[in-house]
Amino acid sequence: MKIQDIFQETCIAFLSNKARSGLTILGIVIGISSVIAMVSIGQGASGQIQSSIEGLGSNLLTVSPGFSQQGSGFVSQGRGSAQTLKNDDVDTLLQVVGVAFVSPERQGRYQIISPIGSNTNSTVIGVSPEYAQVRNVSVANGSFITESNVRSIGRVVVLGPTVAADLFEDQDPVGKTIRINKLNFKVIGVLQPKGSAGFFNPDDTIFVPLTTMQKILAGGDYLSSIAISVETKDLMPQVQQEATIALANKHLIDPQSPDFSIVSQADIVGAATQVTDTFTILLAAIAGISLIVGGIGIMNMMLTTVTERTREIGLRKSIGAKKRDISIQFLTEAVMLTFFGGTVGIVLGWIISMLVTRFTGIATQISVQAIVLAFGVSAVIGIIFGYYPARRAAGLNPIEALRYE
Amino acid sequence: MIECKNIAKIYKNREIETRALKSASFIINDGEFVAIMGPSGSGKSTLMHIIGCLDTPTSGQYLFDNKDTSKLSDDELADIRMQKIGFVFQSFNLLPRATVLRNVTLPLVYAGVSKEKRENIAKQALLCSAFPEKFWKHYSNQLSGGMAQRVAIARALVNNPMLILADEPTGNLDTKTGEMVLDTFQRLHQEQGRTIVLITHEQYVAEHAERIIHIRDGNIVEDGKVMNRRVINNFNHNATK
Repeated sequence: MKIQDIFQETCIAFLSNKARSGLTILGIVIGISSVIAMVSIGQGASGQIQSSIEGLGSNLLTVSPGFSQQGSGFVSQGRGSAQTLKNDDVDTLLQVVGVAFVSPERQGRYQIISPIGSNTNSTVIGVSPEYAQVRNVSVANGSFITESNVRSIGRVVVLGPTVAADLFEDQDPVGKTIRINKLNFKVIGVLQPKGSAGFFNPDDTIFVPLTTMQKILAGGDYLSSIAISVETKDLMPQVQQEATIALANKHLIDPQSPDFSIVSQADIVGAATQVTDTFTILLAAIAGISLIVGGIGIMNMMLTTVTERTREIGLRKSIGAKKRDISIQFLTEAVMLTFFGGTVGIVLGWIISMLVTRFTGIATQISVQAIVLAFGVSAVIGIIFGYYPARRAAGLNPIEALRYE
Repeated sequence: MIECKNIAKIYKNREIETRALKSASFIINDGEFVAIMGPSGSGKSTLMHIIGCLDTPTSGQYLFDNKDTSKLSDDELADIRMQKIGFVFQSFNLLPRATVLRNVTLPLVYAGVSKEKRENIAKQALLCSAFPEKFWKHYSNQLSGGMAQRVAIARALVNNPMLILADEPTGNLDTKTGEMVLDTFQRLHQEQGRTIVLITHEQYVAEHAERIIHIRDGNIVEDGKVMNRRVINNFNHNATK
């Protein structure tokens, strides 16, 4: 039997049972489209979280000071409050192989007043020029903190877009003077918006030279954190380990119990995507159940068809159809049903996920893998659920099949 | 040539054994028109299944075209049915939602004949079975019994078989249309020299053949030439046109 003949037989079989074939296909369409839509919602969520975390800087390691207890009786300020990270730790970290940039940071929170009278309370970070590379920030207008600003303890400031909007509304802040903690600072730049990364909004910060922060605004030559940018992703675990040893040696303490901690961005991304992956699997599993129900629908229809066409099968066998011819014919019918259902389901799933994005704002992401997977699954379902009815048809005894009423 | 040597067929249904055929021996030569006749339960259907290679005997030998069918696999039997046997059934067994042409081409589909050739062969076969051309595109469930049986005959002819096996072909037809069908068989035998085996329980129908094999209780009781053969020579088979 030739392939085009099999297809022709299949089409005739579908057309002679339009309603039943249509409803069976609908079962598969619902299954496939819900798998596609659910997976796209899950992947969209995980993609969004991942990109917003990676937006904070790529291949990033963050060194934070550890727990400090000056002695019993003193009130501890908790983890991260210790003053153990110093400016010269940066030089130590730069020695470690694989480190691209090191950005020392000193953070504080101050009241800021603009010349037009509005004021805000925001995070002020003392930074070196490396901050821009390490934290992946870019300037929309003006320039970032430069090396000479740092060397000259310059009273200059770069505003995050949220702060700029709060202080100046729609005016251009570059060149204007603002007051931080009652001291005058000249605005030299405004950053590009980055979007919030959960609890921390990088747009709601302003930047001053590190030296200015340490000597004028806050006092004390310690750092609140050091950000390290690693050359490649593969080097991150190695650099994390070596940086721990180098810093511990510098601080003259045991690397097993350091007075600082180094957190890799990969850990944060990993923890976040683990949550969304679980979420995706849960959604896909629920959708997968409807796909199985659709498959059972196919099997049900095929079994009905085989019973209904018993005499026809008997006739076909008596005029020379072999077992293989009969089983291929019925298997093709089942696979074609799922194939149609799969194709329509993918399109429908795509439309559903676009509608979800459009009306709820939830990010969705259709991946090629999801489509290939859905297609493969629908084909496999057709074969699995079509195999038993096809075998039953092929195994019919022609004499009994011809007598069947 | 068909040769049966002491054919027996026993059906086993749990503990009950049914001896449908006890010992049947006969030879049918090429070009013969033979009727196998017997009352219901005589074993004639079993014999027809064995002759038609739908079943194999429990014991004895059945040689179809000098091949022992009991040694063949299901697929090899299917090949014989496809190439060398044309079936005509009592209940026509046409595909209901298919045109006359598609019904007739069906055996050619399994034989792997190309689409262009198929229609030509089918049209030839339809002409041979005296099926009027104006109904060629009709659906088979719109046809009368006589017309449907002619489609079935055309379908049996389409592979140019060695043997046409007709199982009660007039059973569902009235006398007049039954005669039309029998006339078609007689013409195919006379004009084309086809070998035809006709299974029936009616003496009247059997008398249209040249030779009658009587079967009763699984045994052949009589085998001989028809003395007063009914020949429908002057029957106008184009009457329905």
